[in-house]
Amino acid sequence: MTTRRDFLITAGTLVGGASFSVWTGNSFATAAAVQDAIRKITGGAPLRKGRVKLEVPPLIENGNSVVVTVSVESPVTATEYVKAIHVFAPENPLPNIVSVYLGPRAGRARFTARVRVANSQTLLAVAQLSDSSFWSDGVEVIVTLPACGEER
Amino acid sequence: MARVIVKVPARARRGEIIEIKALVGHVMETGYRHTETGVLIPRDIIRAFVCTYSGEEIFRADFHPAVAANPLIEFTTIATESGKFEFRWTGDNGFSATESALITVE
Repeated sequence: MTTRRDFLITAGTLVGGASFSVWTGNSFATAAAVQDAIRKITGGAPLRKGRVKLEVPPLIENGNSVVVTVSVESPVTATEYVKAIHVFAPENPLPNIVSVYLGPRAGRARFTARVRVANSQTLLAVAQLSDSSFWSDGVEVIVTLPACGEER
Repeated sequence: MARVIVKVPARARRGEIIEIKALVGHVMETGYRHTETGVLIPRDIIRAFVCTYSGEEIFRADFHPAVAANPLIEFTTIATESGKFEFRWTGDNGFSATESALITVE
């Protein structure tokens, strides 16, 4: 015999379960995928810490639009410059966020973009210099309203 | 045609580092979201952005689904000569948007 209370509990579980399954459809990048994405850029060259500055608010209220600025401490001349800057979010479904390609005409090795951050995690910026050295910076961020989780 | 806003200084001194902003209206649908009925919303993003200055490429970007809707990108270049900046975005489903801006360098 199903009481009214049992029925409500069961119904509640079903509804809750159904909505839950909608957003757990998101996969997250695995550590291996992140390493792969980085290796694709560096070609196995060592990644050194420093020279890169990743600016991002430490506390993110809305992960759907996060302003990131990356600057690289490097001369920008015809012979010495920053070739590319890549930004990664290891906990996003895809680790790559954005890659930019600069050159000696940039004047300053710096760019700003608006990105999505799925979860609290450590964002990573990697810069490739004209001498083929790679430099990186990681910044831990806390996200209160994650991107990707919301549905419509 | 997508709505595009670019910001380039109208005039600059030769050798000056100038800041450029480029924004384009686009949903940047990630391809990871589902409707309430569980149907996957297909990916629809801008994949590439290129800026040329008097015909020469000065800045390029690859966008992934994690770039926020209505992508805004800011970067710098050295004002070398009077000329034309051309901006081009290309993406899924044959998306393409272009814009240009003139600069006077003295």
